[in-house]
Amino acid sequence: MRVRAISSLSAMLMLLGAAGLGAASSVLAASATRTEPLVADLSKHGVAITTGFVGTEVVLFGATDGKGDVVVVVRGPGERAVVRRKDRIAGIWVNRRQMTFTGVPAFYAVAASGPLDDIVSPAVGARQEIGVEHLRLVAETGAPEAEVAAFRAALLRNKRRQGLYPAEVGKVTFLGSRLFRTEIKFPANVPTGEYEVSVYLLRDGQEVAGGGQKTPLEVSKVGVEGEVFDFAHRNSALYGIIAIVVALAAGWLAGIVFRKA
Amino acid sequence: MQIYLPIAEMSVSVFVLLGLGGAVGFLSGLFGVGGGFLMTPLLIFIGVPPPVAVATEANQLVAASVSGVLAHWRRANVDFKMGGVLLTGGFLGSSFGVWLYTELRAIGQLDLVITLSYVVFLGVIGSLMLAESVRAMLRRGRPGGAARKLHQHTWLHGLPLKMRFHKSRLYISAVPPLAVGFFAGLLAAIMGVGGGFVMVPAMIYLLGMPTVVVVGTSLFQIIFVTANVTFLQAVSNQTVDVILALLLLAGGVIGAQFGSRATGKLPAEQLRGLLGLVVIAVCAKLVVDLVTVPEHIYSLGRVAAP
Repeated sequence: MRVRAISSLSAMLMLLGAAGLGAASSVLAASATRTEPLVADLSKHGVAITTGFVGTEVVLFGATDGKGDVVVVVRGPGERAVVRRKDRIAGIWVNRRQMTFTGVPAFYAVAASGPLDDIVSPAVGARQEIGVEHLRLVAETGAPEAEVAAFRAALLRNKRRQGLYPAEVGKVTFLGSRLFRTEIKFPANVPTGEYEVSVYLLRDGQEVAGGGQKTPLEVSKVGVEGEVFDFAHRNSALYGIIAIVVALAAGWLAGIVFRKA
Repeated sequence: MQIYLPIAEMSVSVFVLLGLGGAVGFLSGLFGVGGGFLMTPLLIFIGVPPPVAVATEANQLVAASVSGVLAHWRRANVDFKMGGVLLTGGFLGSSFGVWLYTELRAIGQLDLVITLSYVVFLGVIGSLMLAESVRAMLRRGRPGGAARKLHQHTWLHGLPLKMRFHKSRLYISAVPPLAVGFFAGLLAAIMGVGGGFVMVPAMIYLLGMPTVVVVGTSLFQIIFVTANVTFLQAVSNQTVDVILALLLLAGGVIGAQFGSRATGKLPAEQLRGLLGLVVIAVCAKLVVDLVTVPEHIYSLGRVAAP
């Protein structure tokens, strides 16, 4: 009788223990799925270029699961860019040498919660192309290294001058230790297309597993200007004819309206 | 009030464009010449990309030429037959010009060719205007000269394809007008001008047409050539910004009306001399820019999808 009581007691204890372990582990599992290392979102997912467009701002906001550094990279669509260098020929300055680069982002901006050198290790910077110096721009040429470097530097300089590669690293501000936000500024000449906004959570210069997120952003012309642009590219011939007819009509009208000298 | 131009892809003040159109229109109405070659450099100066400036100015000139030719047509001062020959050459020249334009742009030498063309033509025109106004001011003191012959006959007139041009009272070969039209069309395509500043002197001195018919006939040809350039640029390069053109011509046609009305009231010779000086100054600036060490040795060319 006593043996059975002991065995059923121990069985009950084991069951309780198992239940307790099960409960504990499910609690742990629940808390692990509840807090992701990083979540982020944009205040709007499209930049609409309308009639009075003079540039705009998009807010990126989010939360981390604890203290860490946040870096945001905004990349425009990739394009092929031609860089030309002038030389003096017969007294005048003429475009002479040129080099074509592929994989050039149409727009590139970085924002961070601290100085990039401090919070991003060089390996991470190179892997994720954080910072213009890490951009993988491929030159279609067989020219020597030094020349390619000079043209590459010129490409970055010109993009910066056009306002498309802002020189300043934007600020990611933390509210408390987990909520963060940053303002992404777009200039009036922002190119259209599919942009990619990447957010990284870093600790001690290294990426935190599961702490990276990519969000798309579309920049497009809308409204009258968008229609005109699309029409000009899709129905070029008809667009040309309409442009001529409009001008003919306007000229005729002006001639008639002002007939009385 | 800013407006975003879809093809030029830039934001510009509406008033700047209306004012620009008005000012250039006034000058062209006053002097009968100088719509395109004043407007295109000014557009480039305010930041419109040169390809868009050239193509859009062609579009605007269609309207300006139509409004101008109506006044001449009402006074029966247009030689349509001569205009027809000129515009045939013009179609060929401007089509070739747009093709050449596209090729130059692809090899990155378009800006240079446009600048050199402007240097040559502004220099020549500026000097001619200055010389002509000085001569006119000197001549005013003296009584009128002896009656001149209708026109001189040169070897140009004896070339094949002779035709009768009744309005101009000419019986000459069609080859010189075809060539003049071709050359003017070529310039229209490359520089974004009407070509009148080449055709008017050529019509008077090379072809021997009576002055009173020259301006109207030249405007008639320009309508077709600029329409052709507009169409070809729209199809080949998609660089015609019709919204920019509309804003410019709104100011332009109004300015031109005031300009042509002011023609009698202002001292014409002095003004022509002044304009000649301004044109030479612009030409000199272009030369200086070509020769001095550029601020940016490296520049970005056209970008394309990878």
